[in-house]
Amino acid sequence: MAEILRTEQLSMEFGGLRAVSDLDLSISEGEIIGLIGPNGAGKTTVFNVITGVYRPTTGRVIFNGQDITGWRPDQVTAKGIARTFQNIRLFNSMTVLENVMISKHVRLQSTLGEAVLGLPRYGRERHKHYHECMELLAKVQLDDVANEMATSLPYGKQRRLEIARALATEPKLLLLDEPAAGMNPQESLELMEFVRHIRDEFDLTVLMIEHHMEVVMGICQRIYVLDYGVNLAVGTPEEIQNNQQVIEAYLGAVDADA
Amino acid sequence: MDRRGNLKFILTLVVVLLTFGALYIFQDSMNSFYARVLNLAAIYAILALSLNLILGFTGMFSLGHAGFMCIGSYVAAVLTMSPASKEIIYYMEPIHPLLANVQWPILPAILMAGLVAAFFGFLIGFPALRLRDDYLAIATLGFAEIIRIVVTNAIPFTNGALGLKNIPSVNSMLVYWGCAILTLLILMRIINSSWGYAFKAIRDNEIAAQAMGINIFKHKLMSFTIGAFFAGIAGALMAFLITSIDPTMYRFTFTFQILLIVVLGGMGSLSGSIIAAIIFSIAMEALRFVESPMQLLGLQIPGIPGMRMVIFSIALLLVILFYRQGLMGTREFNWDWVLDRLGIKTSPKVKRGEAE
Repeated sequence: MAEILRTEQLSMEFGGLRAVSDLDLSISEGEIIGLIGPNGAGKTTVFNVITGVYRPTTGRVIFNGQDITGWRPDQVTAKGIARTFQNIRLFNSMTVLENVMISKHVRLQSTLGEAVLGLPRYGRERHKHYHECMELLAKVQLDDVANEMATSLPYGKQRRLEIARALATEPKLLLLDEPAAGMNPQESLELMEFVRHIRDEFDLTVLMIEHHMEVVMGICQRIYVLDYGVNLAVGTPEEIQNNQQVIEAYLGAVDADA
Repeated sequence: MDRRGNLKFILTLVVVLLTFGALYIFQDSMNSFYARVLNLAAIYAILALSLNLILGFTGMFSLGHAGFMCIGSYVAAVLTMSPASKEIIYYMEPIHPLLANVQWPILPAILMAGLVAAFFGFLIGFPALRLRDDYLAIATLGFAEIIRIVVTNAIPFTNGALGLKNIPSVNSMLVYWGCAILTLLILMRIINSSWGYAFKAIRDNEIAAQAMGINIFKHKLMSFTIGAFFAGIAGALMAFLITSIDPTMYRFTFTFQILLIVVLGGMGSLSGSIIAAIIFSIAMEALRFVESPMQLLGLQIPGIPGMRMVIFSIALLLVILFYRQGLMGTREFNWDWVLDRLGIKTSPKVKRGEAE
């Protein structure tokens, strides 16, 4: 399997704080990879560095063989990396469909002038995007609420909409930041199914940050563990579950004197 | 398009035709004072609409509108004044030879005023739009003041602090309201296009918008430049309405009047801006009496100039405390609302069509 994302000695410092330290990720096409670690381990910072929100202090991000270190987030998205956010960031003034349609904006060939004058090329493109987006919404079972306001959806559906919106950018790599946060066990289970389903349906590679261990252990083929920005371990769920260092990072080291 | 869609189109057409018909009739028969107030309302409407695009739809807290308007006024004035009156007015220093013999017709001058203002909007936006929120407000405020001070000192072009007089007067309501309606139509098309949604996405959540592949800076600059263009057009109309301009007119307090209209009308509502602009300009005249000396509860109150603005400030305070969305919020005037009241049914097909 071809490698889709690689980070080389990736480090991110904020003043004196080293949030991510010499991280080497390597992800192959079609994998579902977990990124776990205690609070403040630097997981979201890794996402922000990969997607260009931050420029790494040192190190490189290679996507599909191309160095994308320091690119702007919109350029990274255009290249084929989409993401969701830990705290849901939907466009609150818009409907579900409009939220998804935003992703198609950069694909427009026509100009603003054509849109203002109502020329046919713009109309055709919008029409095409409209159908693509409705199709996508149908695939994620949100088509029945397409014209509802995004904020009026229940929490679980808002999460799913955020993923749908990311999918609309037609990514090759999807970064999910705590997709199961705030979900009950039943919803988490459905989410696992959903992530697997979209991976197959859209030929995706998925990198996810998650705290729900059932979810992570259930669907991830490999797991990276971060603690204080340092990569503690990498391996299959079984290997991670039995790794002494990981257990210490989560539960605290056993004091030798006790 | 189905029956209801056709009906809405016909209604819009009828209203536009009626408006122009009314303008055509009124511009001859109407008392010139009222006509002037209404023309001023049209100018305020253009200003509020364009600031709303920047502030209400794209979420950029810009306070530079008076500056762009200033540019528009001066460009239009210098381009349309007759060479003879230029010679008389520029007595401190003669006008720059390049402009001495220029005399354009009104409409090209208005367009040029918009383009020059847009060009400066682009130039200023380039550094300023890297900032956001309060910092952007301060920076644009500063740029607007810089424009005013440059205008005051570029004497061969602007005649400095003495200002310009004898600018050709335009009384036709068709010109003022024609420009206002055209502005409204163009902005409506922009707002409802993919670009409008991109602007709103930036306003709603900048980080998410960027993650959706939208180039934030480019779109902000676009919105800012379009806003400056229409502010320049409003400036040109202002010059033609009052026929004499000087730099002190374009102090930042003017920007706050426009801001007031936008907030009262609702940030993110074009129809709100139009309604608030009309109310504001009529109220500005109707409330003139509070500035005259009067007897109140046995107290002799001398005339206080500027008392009107106190009333507007109180109105603004009340709006912010109790009705934060303003008159319209982010809603727009919509035929569906009217038709629903009249009991004409919507077919489900139309509802879906709206989202397209």
